[in-house]
Amino acid sequence: MAVRPPSSPHTLGNNRTRNIMLQVLAATVPGIVLMTWFFGWGTLINILLAGSFAIAIEAAILRLRQRPVSFYLNDGSALVTAWLLALALPPYSPWWLVLVASGFAMVFGKHLYGGLGQNPFNPAMLGYAVVLVSFPLEMTSWPVWRGIEQLQPALTPTLGLLDGLQRAFTPGSLPADGWASATALDLLKNNTALTIDELRAAQPAFGSMAGRAWEWVALAWLAGGLFLLYKRVYSWHAPVGMLAALAVMSLLFWNGSGSASNGSPLLHLLGGATMLGAFFIVTDPVTCATSPRGRLVFGAGVGILVYVIRVWGNYPDAVAFAVLLMNLCAPTIDYYTTPRTYGHSKARRGLGKVDKP
Amino acid sequence: MTAQPRIWDIPGGIHPPQNKAQSTARGLEQPPLPERLILPLLQHIGNRAEPLVKPGDRVLKGQVIATASGLFSCPVHAPTSGTVSALGPAPYPHASGLAEPAIIIDSDGEDRWIEAQPVADYRSLEPLALLDRIRDAGISGLGGAGFPTAPKLAARPDHRIDTLIINGAECEPYITSDDMTMRHRAPQIVAGIEVLMHILQPAQVLIGIEDNKPEAIAAMRAAAEQHPMQVVVIPTKYPSGGEKQLIQILTGKEVPSGGLPADIGLLCHNIGTALAVHDAVLLGRPMISRITTLTGAALARPTNVKALIGTPIQDLLSFAGLRPEQLYRLVMGGPMMGFTLPDSAAPIIKTSNCLLAATHDELPPPPPALPCIRCGLCAEACPAELLPQQLHWFALGKDHDQLQRHNLFDCIECGACAYVCPSSIPLVQYFRAGKAEIRAIEQQHSRAEQSRLRFEHRQQRLQREAEQRELERQARAEKAARAKAAREAQASRQQTETSPAAAPDLARIQSRKASTLSPEQKQLKVAAATARMALQRAQKQLAANPDNTDLQAQIPKLEQAFAEAQQAFEQATAQEAP
Repeated sequence: MAVRPPSSPHTLGNNRTRNIMLQVLAATVPGIVLMTWFFGWGTLINILLAGSFAIAIEAAILRLRQRPVSFYLNDGSALVTAWLLALALPPYSPWWLVLVASGFAMVFGKHLYGGLGQNPFNPAMLGYAVVLVSFPLEMTSWPVWRGIEQLQPALTPTLGLLDGLQRAFTPGSLPADGWASATALDLLKNNTALTIDELRAAQPAFGSMAGRAWEWVALAWLAGGLFLLYKRVYSWHAPVGMLAALAVMSLLFWNGSGSASNGSPLLHLLGGATMLGAFFIVTDPVTCATSPRGRLVFGAGVGILVYVIRVWGNYPDAVAFAVLLMNLCAPTIDYYTTPRTYGHSKARRGLGKVDKP
Repeated sequence: MTAQPRIWDIPGGIHPPQNKAQSTARGLEQPPLPERLILPLLQHIGNRAEPLVKPGDRVLKGQVIATASGLFSCPVHAPTSGTVSALGPAPYPHASGLAEPAIIIDSDGEDRWIEAQPVADYRSLEPLALLDRIRDAGISGLGGAGFPTAPKLAARPDHRIDTLIINGAECEPYITSDDMTMRHRAPQIVAGIEVLMHILQPAQVLIGIEDNKPEAIAAMRAAAEQHPMQVVVIPTKYPSGGEKQLIQILTGKEVPSGGLPADIGLLCHNIGTALAVHDAVLLGRPMISRITTLTGAALARPTNVKALIGTPIQDLLSFAGLRPEQLYRLVMGGPMMGFTLPDSAAPIIKTSNCLLAATHDELPPPPPALPCIRCGLCAEACPAELLPQQLHWFALGKDHDQLQRHNLFDCIECGACAYVCPSSIPLVQYFRAGKAEIRAIEQQHSRAEQSRLRFEHRQQRLQREAEQRELERQARAEKAARAKAAREAQASRQQTETSPAAAPDLARIQSRKASTLSPEQKQLKVAAATARMALQRAQKQLAANPDNTDLQAQIPKLEQAFAEAQQAFEQATAQEAP
């Protein structure tokens, strides 16, 4: 904590890190509302669990590291990490899964590197990737949506609050069958025989654009992202880079409507975690490239990797892995995308390593 | 009136609250004549002026009291008539609060002018003669940096100045001195610009004014109407009034990194400088006053004043109704690039465009800095298109190579990055410190390089000398060997001649006996020899170090000592002899 001596500038804008964090949280509200509408209390339980775990862990580590606890907790960054992680996990994840994911995110993803601003990897995606490779069963148990026709928020036993809490805290006590199902991306990946139209007809998981219910959640993330763009919380470069690259990739390798379709651009843009990733994950400033041009490159890299892993890789969705891989490249991207400074005829790019005698 | 010419946008920039209305409501006021004026010898970039007066001298208003020392310097003139009361360190407006040499004048209240010598028709004068006028009037840039105007006008004699830019942008919040200068002195400014045009012969003259100053724009347009110059209205955005930025806005050109505007055929002068040139050439009046903004919520009546250079800040603040209990921070200049004054005893100088007496609510202490989250808002705000977040990172790690690679020295320290930083990191301060460190290291390197060269030269010299000595020694040894051989040959010859005569042996032994000296004589001989050796040694040393005064003083003494010892020895042998 540096105390600022009275040197210029003597005045400061009113933007604060905390405001940025809170605006990000506010932008997730439409998506959370829709997820709760479609899947019940699961998302909110996730958020509550992940948020309290993350804050408790952050406080404990700050204490261990002998940093002022309330001062750093107050910046809201731990809450944002946990919040985004909770949105990425399947609703009604078991409590221990949330604990492992948020614990890994906070300890290994953030504080072992030195805390806020020092981490090379997106902590939420790191936590997510760890539980994804460790607990595939829990991580693929996506609850089925409630039908649009069921307009009243019903506290029925299958999707009610108590039931949800039971699923989160004593996951073994309830049958796994019946309430979870494969996602559209999953079905598309494993489909070998049916044409897309047949697949759509056979599988209710497909909506009119991408995954049923999920397509609307994706649009809600998009709305939240546009709000953040409007508020200038981040620039357009990383999201546009990612979405454009994904669109281009899915257009190039779109194999028509046969069984080896690879999915339409619309399916890729509105399916899976694309929108959440584009507007809430690749926009993490700490682990992204830093110059506008660099962010464009970073986003494009994520978009390409997402498509590659989705279509030719082993996982139905890939945002976490794509982001982590691009996090690795971010420092190098920075060195090669510096803007041209005033008064210079061209930008000075490259690592600038000089062999010293 | 021609149409508004094309303007360009600058990257980045910010829109802080302008806070300009407070100080423009009262027009241009004249504060009372101060009793005592402090005139620092350094009011510009360059060398200190050299005082021409001594305590007790009576001076008239406009009289030269200190003369320029070298090309990059400015003379100082008495702002009013009175008596020089002191000459020495005095309070100085600088963030350090350190004193600077100054001439202090006690005003006699008469404000009597020295006889002014205006130029009747400056167009008949050569540009060089006009430059001398401007130099003698002590004009340095009024915009802020305080670069002496005459050398700036003559900076690149080999480059043709194609465009003269007059800076009336005044982009920094709170400051309105240029605004008020333009509102109240537009015809004089235009006349001053014409003088500059006569010197530079530019193809076009552009007067850049931000669109938040409609009165100034109207006044300048009216004054410039019949003249070959254009008032260009530019959008309000900080820091569009920076020299490099204004050039970019008005011409779309960029000043090369490390170069001067003159390198691309441009020259930029402040509105206030043009007015000072008018006063100097057309009225024959040196630069002894300037228009300064007095503002801030700690003042009951913020205003603009035409203040004499050297007026103590506290006098001006009390003129503007300072409420001392509300004063939290006193800033000279604006809130973005000004500096905090440790106390108000210091005077205003030629570069003082604004005094901001701020309350706690107005310029609150910044919250403690948080870690950088690389949000990039600083890079978006930077008008030089630097990456402040990266520079901050490298500055923290003291990675000077990368700091220079990321063009730290193109930072103009406008403070836009620190202003928008959500983590309230004092970025500009890191950059200043980084620049200072790099400069210090470069200086150290050049010094180390010099001493290395010196050392190598000394080693070479020593080696040369050793070789020379060795050659001489060999030559001597050869000579000695030859001499010995010759002696031996002669001795053997003599031996053959004298060997038969054995008889004189006794006489020889006796004569040898007679030549032996008594113990006292021996002592005296040794003393004389020692004195001679000491003298020879000293003479040798003196030959090697002709500047050594100690040695020079020793020589006569040694000579005398030797003479005495020799004399004593000779006397002793003489007594013995008979």
